[in-house]
Amino acid sequence: MTTTPERSGPVPLGVPAPGAFDAHHPPSAELVSDCVHCGFCLTTCPTYTLWGEEMDSPRGRIYLMKSGLEGEPMTDSMVQHFDACLGCMACVTACPSGVQYDKLIEATRAQVERNHTRTPKDRALRTAIFALFPHKRRLRALRAYQRTGMPALVRRTGLLERFAPKLAMMASLAPPPPDKREPIPARTPAVGRRRAVVGLLTGCVQGEFFPGVNAATVRVLAAEGCDVIVPQAQGCCGALSVHNGRDEEAKRFARRTVDAFEAAGVDAVVVNAAGCGSSMKEYALLLADDPAYAQRVEAFAARVRDVSEILAELGSVAPRHPLEVSVAYHDACHLAHAQGVRAQPRALLREIPGLELREIAESAICCGSAGIWNVLNPEPARELGDRKAANIAATGASLLVTANPGCLMQVAASLQRRGARIGMAHTVEVLDASIRGLPPSALGVP
Amino acid sequence: MGGTHGTETTAGPVLGPVSPEETGATGEAGGNPEAMAAVTRAVRAVLPANAVVSDRIELRTYECDGLAHYRVTPALVVLPQTTEQLAAVVRACAEHGVPFVARGSGTGLSGGALPRADGVLVVTSRMRTIHEIRPADQRAVVDPGVLNLDVTHAATPTGYYYAPDPSSQQICSIGGNLAENSGGAHCLKYGFTTNHVLGAEFVTPQGEVVQLGGLAPDAPGYDLLGAVVGSEGTLGIATRAVVKLTRLPQEVRTLLAGFASTDDAGAATSAIIGAGIVPAAIEMMDALAIEAAEAATHCDYPAGAGAVLVVELDGPAVEVEHEFAQVERTCREHGAFALRVATDATERALIWKGRKSAFAAVGRISPDYIVQDGVIPRTALPGVLRAIAELSASSGVRVANVFHAGDGNLHPLVLFDDAVEGAGKAAEEVSGAILDLCIGSGGSITGEHGVGIDKAAYMPKMFSDEDLDTMQLVRCAFDPDGIANPGKVFPTPRLCGEVPGKKRGAPHPLVAAGKAEAF
Ligand SMILES: Cc1cc2nc3c(=O)[nH]c(=O)nc-3n(C[C@H](O)[C@H](O)[C@H](O)COP(=O)(O)OP(=O)(O)OC[C@H]3O[C@@H](n4cnc5c(N)ncnc54)[C@H](O)[C@@H]3O)c2cc1C
Ligand code: SF4
Ligand code: SF4
Repeated sequence: MTTTPERSGPVPLGVPAPGAFDAHHPPSAELVSDCVHCGFCLTTCPTYTLWGEEMDSPRGRIYLMKSGLEGEPMTDSMVQHFDACLGCMACVTACPSGVQYDKLIEATRAQVERNHTRTPKDRALRTAIFALFPHKRRLRALRAYQRTGMPALVRRTGLLERFAPKLAMMASLAPPPPDKREPIPARTPAVGRRRAVVGLLTGCVQGEFFPGVNAATVRVLAAEGCDVIVPQAQGCCGALSVHNGRDEEAKRFARRTVDAFEAAGVDAVVVNAAGCGSSMKEYALLLADDPAYAQRVEAFAARVRDVSEILAELGSVAPRHPLEVSVAYHDACHLAHAQGVRAQPRALLREIPGLELREIAESAICCGSAGIWNVLNPEPARELGDRKAANIAATGASLLVTANPGCLMQVAASLQRRGARIGMAHTVEVLDASIRGLPPSALGVP
Repeated sequence: MGGTHGTETTAGPVLGPVSPEETGATGEAGGNPEAMAAVTRAVRAVLPANAVVSDRIELRTYECDGLAHYRVTPALVVLPQTTEQLAAVVRACAEHGVPFVARGSGTGLSGGALPRADGVLVVTSRMRTIHEIRPADQRAVVDPGVLNLDVTHAATPTGYYYAPDPSSQQICSIGGNLAENSGGAHCLKYGFTTNHVLGAEFVTPQGEVVQLGGLAPDAPGYDLLGAVVGSEGTLGIATRAVVKLTRLPQEVRTLLAGFASTDDAGAATSAIIGAGIVPAAIEMMDALAIEAAEAATHCDYPAGAGAVLVVELDGPAVEVEHEFAQVERTCREHGAFALRVATDATERALIWKGRKSAFAAVGRISPDYIVQDGVIPRTALPGVLRAIAELSASSGVRVANVFHAGDGNLHPLVLFDDAVEGAGKAAEEVSGAILDLCIGSGGSITGEHGVGIDKAAYMPKMFSDEDLDTMQLVRCAFDPDGIANPGKVFPTPRLCGEVPGKKRGAPHPLVAAGKAEAF
């Protein structure tokens, strides 16, 4: 084939091709072979929607893994398509054959981090992100620093240049924290009869940029009869690290989280950020090789609940006050696709008198936030965000509700660009407003 | 991938008398280096860089369509965005005698979009603009890469939809539908793609852009559009289609009926149609298919059913009401032990989800399977199903049945585990024997999935040499150089006769080698 440039490097002399993956948990050939190549997953894959090419579709990525297992080397071109995957898991929902793409891509990402040499620029950007995100204190400092205006020196470095728009966006969105920050007590007793004792993960991004969500979560849980415990020893859950193949770092975070909540002795571990919830439910897989944790982590993972799940399980007892507002509910990928939680938040919202729920067209397609994907891939992320914003605006709703801080930040940027005037809130903030009898304006509804 | 040929059969050969390698149906990698280089240069000059794929790893993701047994790495993949770009690619191929294969979403089940190792794969997935929705004229004008279901989504707000609904409608392209003359559950009442395509912009194998048909029905002159619909990419590439929109019915009623056996369900089907009712759809699934669908979609079909029928009626409310009562009665009379009526769109969607996911869902109960596609007269249904059951019992190969019972279009799913030695071959044999059953009962070797590469070898079982030669005359009229999806549909590649100014001199190498006949 003259059209295909010969691969460079040494000519293999009779030894079988090494393939793309090392022996430590390569993507499972068995799971790969579950894919029957029907293409049903292509429709809701954001990258296929954007670019219309096979190698940036779930079916194509699985095919790349297959060829890697069959002996193809891990080329830049191969890695580029794994990197472009948002990890939104829309393909898992869409697949009639039950292909576990989530497990496949996670294993692949860890292999990529180990076996692929990234360009220095790419490496630096990734290091910068991971030096920042999973650490509350650093996030807080950076945010304060950002509000003082970006110094010229920083602006000149290409790295922060790329990082800055996202920071600016975060800063512009979150309510100013120092004065309005509501302290979250270590223990909040249930209102009325106690029905459960739950622990709350406060999360790094949620905690820093949307502290109101944690406060609302505590109030709603307490109103519904939960003793709410916030273990002070908790840190980052490791979601961003898992989703980016940073295996060891993820395991460290996971162990610490398990320790903190075990010590608290709670019935359920409640999470209000979809991305954190989905990776905590999968700790068992992450720590499977760790003899000290393998057993304990199963029990832990079984106790993890999204806040809407536990509220739906408990059934509401706190009276809801009317909230006259039209709501467009946005399915966060890590809630809808990764955890299969679609019905519960809608049911909870519908319980509120006066609230009208509207569906967003193309609801299965990711908004482009996807953890740090929007930092690494700003242009396509913006395209996806704009597409989502257009669909949201088309509902004509006055309040956008979703369960993930990343989605809110991402969509807000696109909505602002369109000049759309719409309030934004987490599901639990809407419930909180209704229980407390607050008006829609308390949720920023124009 | 070993050897010089790009072809690899992972599930045992379905080859019949002549294997694709021997006929050269998929070409030889590197067989035409100068011509490929020239085409690549020409293509890069007209397409943006990201629309030309030549990286080996990336090319490999285009190796197969929905029939993953056959794999051929294309020499080049192009993703044009406009008719002009696509026509320029085809012109370059024509000029240098390089074969090209069209591909939509790659969901075909007969290997129609299987690439050529010595050719260009022309993918339409970036041509996905819906140009016009004209409810007043009941027309839509769309790009070939537009997904079937997206036409319906776009038309629904105006009170219309696009009627042909293959189970793959969420992802298959209008161009692919046109090329395969695809059908679906509702084709019993509404007809196949050919009944819903009124016109097409078409790039001939010479790279000329022509208009076939148009907005008005029944264009004068020969029905060239009719020839092109169902031609599986062997006559050229559709770059735009004018399709008919159908008014959304006033009322839709869907019934799920559980029967003890496929015999009972088959008899009920014949009785319903015998009573003069034309349901929008009558679909049947047997126990094994139900098991798969249940595993995939939790569709809650009646427990213990040996067969289910999905019957849908649509039309004016009064008529539907009346006929629906009749259908319910008929099902009961034929032994239906459970009846479930969908009362809203969500329940209806759940009933259909089980049916529409059935093929892919079979992956849950078997590591490998072959989707067969054959047609029989409706009345032959019970007999053929019994014969399939006997085949399955005697061979030990499990067969799940999912099909359009209303029009006798069978989709037996032949299950096997490729890891077990000989299982693939046994499955192939059963699959082939099922086609023999279809032909034997006066039916056909394909209802809607096309011939492609997979069934080319079966064509002589249905058609005489004279029949096949006559069909080839049509192909040669469009594509005298044989560069449009060569090797598909026909069992032996025939070379169109001397065309003035072209292909003079030495006989074609395939002719010289005795592997093809000059025609
Ligand atoms: C799970 C599953 C269920 C299915 N159910 C059905 C069903 O119910 N009914 C049914 O009929 N089919 C069904 N199919 C088969 C398949 O979806 C259809 O044949 C569909 O029309 C193929 O569309 P595509 O865009 O994927 O085409 P491709 O597979 O990409 O191509 C199919 C053929 O069309 C040619 N082609 C593609 N685009 C063009 C163009 N623009 N111009 C000219 N030729 C072109 C190709 O060369 C090839 O020969 C099913 C497939 C799967 C995987
Ligand atoms: S996870 Fe999302 S982006 Fe990645 S392949 Fe699946 S659908 Fe596409
Ligand atoms: S839907 Fe599932 S089986 Fe079909 S191509 Fe996608 S991953 Fe493979």
